Amino acid sequence: MTLDQISRGTLARILDITGDDTLAIRLMEMGLIEGEEISLIGSAPLGDPLEFSVRGYRLSLRASEAKRVIVEPLSSNHPR
Amino acid sequence: MSAPRELTVVLIGNPNTGKSTLFTALSGMHTRIANFPGCTVEKKLGIYQDEGVKITLVDLPGTYSLSPRSLDEMVSVDVLLGRQSDVGKIDAVVCIVDAANIERNLYLYTQVREVGVPVVLCLNMWDLAQERGITVDREVLSQRLGAPVVVTSAHRNVGIPELKAAIRQVVGTTVEPHRPEFPAVFYEETKQLNRWMQTKFGAAPPLFLLERMLLDVGGESEKKLALALSPELLPVLAASRERLAVQGCRVPAIETKVRYQWIREQLTGVVSRSTEANRVTTSDRLDKVLTHKVSGVLVFVGLMFLIFQSIYTWAAPFMDAIEAIQGWAAGWIESAIGPGTLRSLLVDGVIGGVGSVMVFVPQIALLFLFIALMEDCGYMARAAFLMDKLMTKIGLSGKSFVPLMSSFACAVPGVMAARVIENRQDRMLTILIAPLMSCSARLPVYLLMIAAFVPNIFVWKIIPLQGLVLFVMYSVGALVAIPVAWILRKFVFKGETPPFVMELPSYKWPSPKIVLYRVYDRVKAFVLRAGTLIFCTTVLVWAAAYFPEDHAPERQLQSQIATLEEAAGESPSEEQSAQLTQLREEAHLVSGQLLANSYLGRSGRLIEPLVKPLGWDWRIGVSVIASFPAREVVLATLGTIFSLGSEVADEGEENEKRFASTLQNATWPDGRPLFTLPVAVSIMVFFALCAQCAATLMIIRRETNSWRWPIVTFVYMTGLAYIAAFVVYQVGSRLR
Repeated sequence: MTLDQISRGTLARILDITGDDTLAIRLMEMGLIEGEEISLIGSAPLGDPLEFSVRGYRLSLRASEAKRVIVEPLSSNHPR
Repeated sequence: MSAPRELTVVLIGNPNTGKSTLFTALSGMHTRIANFPGCTVEKKLGIYQDEGVKITLVDLPGTYSLSPRSLDEMVSVDVLLGRQSDVGKIDAVVCIVDAANIERNLYLYTQVREVGVPVVLCLNMWDLAQERGITVDREVLSQRLGAPVVVTSAHRNVGIPELKAAIRQVVGTTVEPHRPEFPAVFYEETKQLNRWMQTKFGAAPPLFLLERMLLDVGGESEKKLALALSPELLPVLAASRERLAVQGCRVPAIETKVRYQWIREQLTGVVSRSTEANRVTTSDRLDKVLTHKVSGVLVFVGLMFLIFQSIYTWAAPFMDAIEAIQGWAAGWIESAIGPGTLRSLLVDGVIGGVGSVMVFVPQIALLFLFIALMEDCGYMARAAFLMDKLMTKIGLSGKSFVPLMSSFACAVPGVMAARVIENRQDRMLTILIAPLMSCSARLPVYLLMIAAFVPNIFVWKIIPLQGLVLFVMYSVGALVAIPVAWILRKFVFKGETPPFVMELPSYKWPSPKIVLYRVYDRVKAFVLRAGTLIFCTTVLVWAAAYFPEDHAPERQLQSQIATLEEAAGESPSEEQSAQLTQLREEAHLVSGQLLANSYLGRSGRLIEPLVKPLGWDWRIGVSVIASFPAREVVLATLGTIFSLGSEVADEGEENEKRFASTLQNATWPDGRPLFTLPVAVSIMVFFALCAQCAATLMIIRRETNSWRWPIVTFVYMTGLAYIAAFVVYQVGSRLR
């Protein structure tokens, strides 16, 4: 599944970043590397962009950008 | 060899690390701002003395990585490599890092380290990191990195002497090879590339650039060299990357992987967070409220309203004060120098010119006060986060919101505020459409035209037509900006949508010193760098309106009026006031004729065939040209040329009525009324869309560092304004 699909509070592990364009490079430079854990904190009032927590800081990504990150969900502490 | 007397030190770091705060803490107020040649990157230099050595500090733009993807980003690399001729050789680099977020920040450090210049690692915002329960073993980190590590809290001036000492000590040392190790095959490919370039071109770029060329697919280093040397370079690079991929070293993923792995190894056991740090921080709680669907939007709207109010309303008393000083200075000169060319030059040219620059200062200062506050406390990134979805609909990003909103008050601070947008394409696009937002200088034009020509009736019995027209005039610019932005994005600023990937920094208390410094810095930059150009424009337009006519009759009338006024005193007799009125009318008539026969007036007549399709005669044409230094001048010029005197445009109901009735009575030579409703609307629409504002164009010149963009802005806006006014008049006059 891709990063834009995880639900709030879910912890996920990054499997891959697709593509090798500017966006992919930027995502990797920001520390989104295979094996790293990431979680969704929330979203802007109109549903996009999304706010994530990764490597101890807060990162904002548009849904279209989060789509480029392939993840596997680890846990969900938000059983809503 | 004696120690060098002058050193050049570069400051580099991620955004939101307090870099500009540290820059100010190091160099104080002694800064010089210019642009790096040929690009929009601001070159900020600071100078300080340290133990008899003069140190020039170069502040590079905040960046997450050193892989150049644009011309602007290439500048930072060139500066670090000592290839930027206006900076010269670099003696040391200070890499500034957010102490609470070391891991991601060290990514840039690992790249900077490879340039081959001694580096000092500066862990800034140390106090905040400690508050959050983060501890760092500096000695071990320093040993592992092979570089001095200094901790600072720049906003409290803590750790600055230690940083200066570390810079002193690191200069001239050899750079130890503590750096991430890429797979051997990567170095093999770099060597091969080097050899190929040596045989092919007789020379190869420095090792750092060779590595960057291999790593940055489609990056600026390969583009620049392929362009400069030979397009053959591209297939060679592609083949090289292909070989790397086959051997499990896939570019570009390999770079980030190797670097982050290395960083994590260096940080193991060095950085620790207390268990407390894992709890929800105050910053997180605040963020919940400030990005919430309801409360977040309410706070945002409230804040934006406050900012808009401040530049629209609060700046007014300061602007009035500047005008009052201007009037006082003009009065002083009028009492000291008799009527003549010199007096007119000083009063209308010089004082008017200085005033036309200073009048922007209150708005710029207020807007940057808010921007500095929002940036320093961490809210600016949230504002972009909140508005992004809306702004992407017109092809921009959330970061364009504040500059565009500010432009509704005045495009000059708005264009300056576009500096907060890092991406060049987004920034340029924002700058180019900002002048379309209806600024406060257009308001007097709308108000007068509406009061004089739009009937005071109600539409559907409830909506006042005058108010409706005002609303339409206010929105038309913003509405037109949408297709303009779309077209510019499609044909001029093409390419991928710039990524929105950005950090949402933790909230912190803004530092008053830093905020005030930022305001001072921006005002200074405006006055020194755009002010001279705005001043010159005002003087030039004055000269065009003054020469080549003989102003002697006007002078004579003026002194006659002055003598009579003096004789009459406070309570003029009936005869005296009748005489005064007559003289004043005569003077107005003469000034009108003088303007009509000046170079400006002649050019107005020259362009009459051009403006006739808009329903204008040459007098309106002259007034529009004369309003180039500032839009509202059109009213004063209309007053002069219709022989009413320029003061008729001043506020006050009586003035307004007199002005309106004169315009209503004005006719074409054949007796047809000149100003009809379609003509009035055509003038308003023209002003809504035109770029008759020298200050805006000059600030665009400064911010983009090129004459090309102000010219583009002027041409496209004037074109749009002309077409719109043409359509409005032609359609409107047929409907009647």
